[in-house]
Amino acid sequence: MIDIKLEADTIDVSECIRLVSSASCGGINVFVGTVRNHTKGKKVVALHFEAYELMAEKELNKIATTAMNLWPVENIIIRHRVGELTIGDVPVVIAVAAAHRAAAFDTCRYVIDSLKKTVPIVKKEIFDDGEVWVAAHP
Amino acid sequence: MKISILAFGIAKDIIGGTSLPLEVNEGLNVNELKELLGEKFPKFKELTSLMIAINNEYAMATDSINATDEIALIPPVSGG
Repeated sequence: MIDIKLEADTIDVSECIRLVSSASCGGINVFVGTVRNHTKGKKVVALHFEAYELMAEKELNKIATTAMNLWPVENIIIRHRVGELTIGDVPVVIAVAAAHRAAAFDTCRYVIDSLKKTVPIVKKEIFDDGEVWVAAHP
Repeated sequence: MKISILAFGIAKDIIGGTSLPLEVNEGLNVNELKELLGEKFPKFKELTSLMIAINNEYAMATDSINATDEIALIPPVSGG
């Protein structure tokens, strides 16, 4: 099962774990991204996420489908926030359930690494004295 | 033909809105569209990358654009 959603409100991590669970799985691997209070020595106040939503969901689906073909995993859940987040908030959750842990670990890493490369979601870092779109300029 | 281009993130800031109506030549391809945008909005040339999506899929440089396509500007992504 693949379950993907962009969320305007708080991501419920326990709900992700509950949804991804399966009686035939021996483990669940969960990656929870959190908003860090600094970047390159600069204090971050908040992050603002925007997505090209339909395509973002489509790209996330491709990543999850590829992962399912690469590793023996049963369920993959992906949640990503849009909007304004503050320090400690959760912008992303990846939950993977598999019969054996190695596949769950590998899939979880593959999904978050791929997400950062191809999914049309962008973030702006907001500082005390300004803001910058992450990775926009070389 | 008349097309409309969607934008988000820094691309939205550069064009000054979430969509840009544009009158272009019939059969325009992705590369030509990017050149056109670069001339109109030089700030696009300063970005690390600029991809074009056609109907919610990343497009290749030589893909041609139709008036009925949903066209979107994809600035450098930074999800997660």
